[in-house]
Amino acid sequence: MAASPVGMKRFYGLLAAVAVVGIGLLGYQLSKPATVSIPANVQIDVKDTANFHGYVKGDPNAPVEITEYADYQCPFCQTFATLQMPTIEERLIKTGRLRWRYRDFPLQQHPFSRLAAHSAACADDQGKFWQQHEKLYDGQAEWSGARDAAPIFRQYAQENGLDLGKYDACMSGHIHAGRIQASLEEGMRVGVQSTPTMVVGNRLYQGRFDSDAITRLVDSLAPKTSSAK
Amino acid sequence: MIYRMGAALMSLLGLFVSAYLYLYKIGRIGTLACGTGGCETVQQSTWSRFLGVEVSLIGLVGYALLFVTALVSLQDPSPRAWPARALVWLAAGGVLFTAYLTSLELFVIHAICRWCVGSAVIIVSVLVLALLDRRLGTESRAG
Repeated sequence: MAASPVGMKRFYGLLAAVAVVGIGLLGYQLSKPATVSIPANVQIDVKDTANFHGYVKGDPNAPVEITEYADYQCPFCQTFATLQMPTIEERLIKTGRLRWRYRDFPLQQHPFSRLAAHSAACADDQGKFWQQHEKLYDGQAEWSGARDAAPIFRQYAQENGLDLGKYDACMSGHIHAGRIQASLEEGMRVGVQSTPTMVVGNRLYQGRFDSDAITRLVDSLAPKTSSAK
Repeated sequence: MIYRMGAALMSLLGLFVSAYLYLYKIGRIGTLACGTGGCETVQQSTWSRFLGVEVSLIGLVGYALLFVTALVSLQDPSPRAWPARALVWLAAGGVLFTAYLTSLELFVIHAICRWCVGSAVIIVSVLVLALLDRRLGTESRAG
């Protein structure tokens, strides 16, 4: 049965209303300040990995080195970074017994992991990696469920005293996307499957860690001497 | 005619969903509004392209075709006219393609994109409306 002219008129009115709302919503999305997302399918250049093998803190001559593969959006990594790491730092890193190497292992299911890792990498360009790293983990609950984490990361950068012009250029240029991907691929190559994973020599330690477990590990690898207290 | 109107309306909604996903894919929208985080996982996966073409672009073109076909079908009430038949075939193709994409999400990518689920609901409803239109239109003519 054919619709009446009045019915058709109403129908076209409804279509027009839906079209106006749809175009309006898309226009709103397009007009929002361009946010950054870090591509995963990047070509890894030599410059991404040359002289870069993670972010390191601690004595270069420390007898033990632990490489942590972690993801900024992973809850276990966050718990480890905020609750255990301060003790490990005081007890082992500052005393010269342990050198810590942090490497990115952004998991696919976490939408802001790469963005967070890139934010920390851009802070590293200005010598403030660990400050940004700390803020990213401390604030995980704040940004993890956010619609867009980029402005929050930028706020952390500002609070850490970064030059925001350089930071913005670094983020929008995705200049460290290759480094992050290279780190992920290196982790997969050595057998990392979840985060956090600690690598000591050729051995992988996965699961939940606390500072006592790390201390026992360091003690077993390099027993304390009387001069190292 | 009410079913064809419904099909046109749903196709228009699908058009906007596809446009949103496509604009994200080409970098015009920073992040997707997706509570689970699965949308970005799906959209950034290698499966977001089909035969070298963005799946969201295929959806955009497909919904545009459905929308135009549904509008054209409104000009001729006969269920046997080509626009009414084309609507059924186009929607059936869309449902099959959506079933393939949903199976990838569930069994290969292991992530669900809410916008893709929305699109799946839309394309199924377009097919149901197109089938109802053909069936009821044919019955009323026979009666």
